[in-house]
Amino acid sequence: MALDLMRRSASSTPAGSLSGPTTEVAKLIDISKCIGCKACQAACLEWNDLREEVGVNTGVYDNPHDLTENSWTLMRYSEVVADNGNLEWLIRKDGCMHCADPGCLKACPSPGAIVQYTNGIVDFVKENCIGCGYCVKGCPFNIPRISKADHKAYKCTLCSDRVNVGQGPACAKACPTQAITFGTKAAMIAQAQTRITDLKERGYKNAGLYDPPGVGGTHVMYVLQHADRPQIFAGLAKDPTISPLVDLWKGMLKPIAMVGIGLTALAGVFHYMTKGPNRVDAHDEEAAAREMRRKAS
Amino acid sequence: MGVMNVTRRQFFRYTGTAVGASTLSALGFSSDAAVAAVRPFKLAQAKETRNTCPYCSVSCGIIMYSRANPASGKSEIFHIEGDADHPVNRGTLCPKGSALLDFVNSKTRTQYPQYRGPGEKAFRRVTWDFALDRITKLMKEDRDKNFIEKNQAGTTVNRWTTTGFLAASATSNETAFVTYKMVRSSGMVVFDNQARV
Amino acid sequence: MTNLWMDIKNADVITIMGGNAAEAHPCGFKWVTEAKAHNKAKLIVVDPRFTRSAALADIFCPIRAGTDIAFLGGVIKYLLDNNKLQHEYVKAFTNASYIVKDGYGFEDGLFTGYNAEQRDYNRSSWDYEMGDDGFVKLDESMQHPRSVFQLMKKHYERYTPEMVERVCGSPKDKFLQICEVIATTSAPDKAMTSMYALGWTQHSKGSQNIRAMAVIQLLLGNIGMRGGGMNALRGHSNIQGLTDIGLMSNLIPGYLTLANEREPNYAEYMKTRQFKPMRPGQTSFWQNYGKFFVSFTKSMWGAAATKDNDFCYDWLPKLDVTYDVLRAFELMHQGRINGYFCQGFNPLMSFPNRKKIAGALAKLKYLVVIDPLQTETARFWENHGEHNDVNSASIQTEVFELPTTCFAEDEGSLTNSGRWLQWHWAGADAPWETKGDIDIMAELHLRLKALYQKEGGVFPDPILNLVWPYKDPKKPHPEEIAKEVNGYVLEDVPDPNDATKKLLTAGQQMPGFALLRDDGKTACGCWIYSGSWTPAGNQMARRDTADPENAGLAPRWAWSWPANRRILYNRASADLNGKPWGPSKKLIEWNGTTWTGLDVPDYGPANKPEAGVGPFIMNPEGTARLFTRGMMRDGPFPEHYEPFETPVGNPMHQKVVSNPVARVFRGDMEVFGTAKDFPYVATTYRLTEHFHFWSKHVQVNASLQPELFVELGEDLAKEKGIRNGDWMKVSSNRGSIKAKAVVTKRMMTLKCDGKVVHQVGIPIHWGFTGATKKGYGANMLTPYVGDANIETPEYKAFLVDVEKINVVS
Repeated sequence: MALDLMRRSASSTPAGSLSGPTTEVAKLIDISKCIGCKACQAACLEWNDLREEVGVNTGVYDNPHDLTENSWTLMRYSEVVADNGNLEWLIRKDGCMHCADPGCLKACPSPGAIVQYTNGIVDFVKENCIGCGYCVKGCPFNIPRISKADHKAYKCTLCSDRVNVGQGPACAKACPTQAITFGTKAAMIAQAQTRITDLKERGYKNAGLYDPPGVGGTHVMYVLQHADRPQIFAGLAKDPTISPLVDLWKGMLKPIAMVGIGLTALAGVFHYMTKGPNRVDAHDEEAAAREMRRKAS
Repeated sequence: MGVMNVTRRQFFRYTGTAVGASTLSALGFSSDAAVAAVRPFKLAQAKETRNTCPYCSVSCGIIMYSRANPASGKSEIFHIEGDADHPVNRGTLCPKGSALLDFVNSKTRTQYPQYRGPGEKAFRRVTWDFALDRITKLMKEDRDKNFIEKNQAGTTVNRWTTTGFLAASATSNETAFVTYKMVRSSGMVVFDNQARV
Repeated sequence: MTNLWMDIKNADVITIMGGNAAEAHPCGFKWVTEAKAHNKAKLIVVDPRFTRSAALADIFCPIRAGTDIAFLGGVIKYLLDNNKLQHEYVKAFTNASYIVKDGYGFEDGLFTGYNAEQRDYNRSSWDYEMGDDGFVKLDESMQHPRSVFQLMKKHYERYTPEMVERVCGSPKDKFLQICEVIATTSAPDKAMTSMYALGWTQHSKGSQNIRAMAVIQLLLGNIGMRGGGMNALRGHSNIQGLTDIGLMSNLIPGYLTLANEREPNYAEYMKTRQFKPMRPGQTSFWQNYGKFFVSFTKSMWGAAATKDNDFCYDWLPKLDVTYDVLRAFELMHQGRINGYFCQGFNPLMSFPNRKKIAGALAKLKYLVVIDPLQTETARFWENHGEHNDVNSASIQTEVFELPTTCFAEDEGSLTNSGRWLQWHWAGADAPWETKGDIDIMAELHLRLKALYQKEGGVFPDPILNLVWPYKDPKKPHPEEIAKEVNGYVLEDVPDPNDATKKLLTAGQQMPGFALLRDDGKTACGCWIYSGSWTPAGNQMARRDTADPENAGLAPRWAWSWPANRRILYNRASADLNGKPWGPSKKLIEWNGTTWTGLDVPDYGPANKPEAGVGPFIMNPEGTARLFTRGMMRDGPFPEHYEPFETPVGNPMHQKVVSNPVARVFRGDMEVFGTAKDFPYVATTYRLTEHFHFWSKHVQVNASLQPELFVELGEDLAKEKGIRNGDWMKVSSNRGSIKAKAVVTKRMMTLKCDGKVVHQVGIPIHWGFTGATKKGYGANMLTPYVGDANIETPEYKAFLVDVEKINVVS
């Protein structure tokens, strides 16, 4: 899959695909098939040549205890007593949702530090990251983490390097029960529907797909046994939206890139900008909207 | 899966074009910098070897990716992943299988023979010859002293009960058979494996 | 496994009890999720804990650890009472209609023939009534009061749903709900698979736990069926292979057994091994025992094994008792063992009652540890503070640590739990000074042999004459050994039908076990592996993924023992006329002249259905045993006995509380605890992030589950003032451990025999070497008692006390 850029943070990018129409991709996480084995965590660390610290036990299975600059995905465990009195162990793989309308990208003030490809993957470009942490604030799911070592932001890439050569993400490849699958977004939605039918037959009346419209839908979706209550899945946001602040910032400045200043100067400007302003170029936005409309049709 | 295959060469061409027109150049970035948004595919030009996960008895197929270390010339593994052709695991691996690389590279792997004498507080490094000669000498002393040729009823029993062998359960069948030959030909009966634990 | 991993997708009902496949075999558990997603299968999980498997269950039912037979006995009674049986199957394929001898009985917890002093039974009354024709008597109506069927009905009368709830603490409604779902598979074209592992074996009645489910599966007609079977998930990657090749005290490769010292010669030995058919026309496969035995000794000693010396019968040791690991460490503890080898095994952490194990190792003269990782056993003499508090100076053991290559640097075959032999290749060179296990064994043998050649010594013949035909004697190639294991022809064998032709040609690989001989003309290391490396080459390296009819057999992927058969007892997948019980269950069928189909028939291919040869050809009856005669030490029917440490006593028979024939050594009985001092039930287990004591050496896994913890329920935690993440102390009568507390709804409070029972869960993976935080081993706590038949330690049910402690870290 050619990873053509659809949007870049803080810059204008030619819109649309140069390699012809691209297909939106998605990762589907079926929580009703998840056994919480952490194969996804291990595969993610191994594929990305990252290692996590050996921590401690704090009375739960979640390890590490939160996402970190090295752990881009994490199993979160919730013990819930259902209405019928049965215990349910709901285990949610947390990580970047790859929003169609990415709050991180919109919030990012550094040109090209966050990009979105036409297939929907949102990627961080380390070289362009200035570590301001805006992406963390802009993310409705609290995903990016700033490294203590290099002060840059990190999160799941949806294995853009693997997708680029026609493979699925490392977590999806590893997942023993295939609770994580990867394909076109359309195929993943269709697959989710068959799972939801099965779950409803087994008594999960409110089983459903999590693809929240508030962020334009996501390229990581969940099948939830209780789609009416996403919060019980370790606090999954019910109706996530991008912070109004980010929208406010949008378009407040002309692209700094256009005035031709260098990176050092740019960093200085961003020191000022951390007070608030931030934007994605209007041209980018327009192009992205066009691309999304094209895919929706 | 609805994912299209595009060659890396095509990819670089497309993104190169895209980046060239972007504001990155205005900032003095080379177009390569945007290409860096996508990490180079790390398995390019690796040698693939098929193996079986050593942990549980599902026996998932794995593929080990290796390259020769330019310094030592020895072949070294740098990535391990599930074998998508394998009928049981279909490319999947559990959290242990997914981290097998760190087993191979574990800091606490044994690297050379070590010996600890009676009452000593630490291991010391020894040669294979020292270790193997000393072990076989101890074996023979014990066997010659304690081997039971006949029991009290006068029946030939040919058993050796004072040295025992606990066999592995992750070694190959071929190791197992050679171990069996070594152990049983000596008359050892204190012999067991991991089946119970 | 009677079946194989992929076949689980064909199940209609899956019962995970005595195991936790999602946790311990995640990639095998995939096939459970496949069955659920594509075969509308129902998943039942019965476990003391709400496990990762339970997370995906349709029905979960908690159970008190160590009471599985009470539960399963209840299921048997339910099936019998409600007539939920696969009638045709039960009648024709099991021994239900056989008549048992007059004199057999069961009363107050004991079967007939008990000798309290010897803690053993005289099992002579546990047998069939034989007719004058030499065959078992039977009553096809199964109404005879001494028919197996009626005796079974009587035996399980006591196992009412109320009794199940009283003993197991399992809510009656859940129990009955499970019975109902299980009973649906009595339909001839439905099948349930039973997935179990150490959760059933590690009990003082472990073998009988499994027997109880086997009885259920036979009553439902689920053995030999697609999507059915008794599926032992097994532990290590090659534990199946190590057992197949007989690396146990009493075994010869291929489940032949070493002689007992009461069998002074070969003729005497063969008397108890060549079973004669017990019903007219039956096969009794073991009639071939002699061919397998002689071919084995020929592979060991070649030309030295002759008819005149009974093919070296006396060169193999004869047993007085079985030297399983528990006995080995008992003898070591008594100072009666001088040398010990641990090849890829870490007994200091693995065996029960660590204090005893450490004390035993310290009495050795020499210990040899052969391992790719730095094990605790190799360092049992090294002080690691509270985690191994020993005085090195006082330990006189000489210790050798020999570094081996690991899987990645190794070539050869492993046998998975579905009995597949799969070949693998080395992907890297041996690092550092490591050596392959094969090379180490070769060096030990060659050096020992050289010493005997030079110095002479006691009975050197079997060492001096051991067949060692390898091109490089110090480095036998795995391919050379694999060919030996498969077997080869030593002398030409002419074709009996055509003297101009040869049936077997000297030097050729054996094509399979069918042509093995007892005259010394063939050699075969392990008869059940014969066919793995034929004249056509290495069958274990086959990689054809084709799976006709998507049946889940992949018959040309690798090679499956015996004879590449994928589902054992598959004759039972067809009815009496040789037609499959249902279209979705087709495996083999009779086409009028031969048995044919998707799998290799586990049956004489030319046996006409009307000839009535039973599908269980390894049994002299030809049928499966609901009543096991005298083959199990603790009874022909599974009976509920309490763990040796029980919180409630045995509500079913108060005088006989625990397994009356389980072996307990002197000194071990004295350190069993009572409910007065240790009121809580403890069970030990594995976590999916770790594998025994290996993966704590793996950085990624160490980060995923870094530190020892203990799981307890919310009620007990509240009672003891323990909160999530607190340090706690868990004690048994043998020792104590410190661990972090995980307080969870998943450990449910039960009510058994009127008492509140709390259960505590203890994972096993920590020690004092590796990348994780250091931690105590669960074996500080566990009792030293084994299963009555195969001596598996009772790790799954014992008593502890818990308290909150303050640790300054």
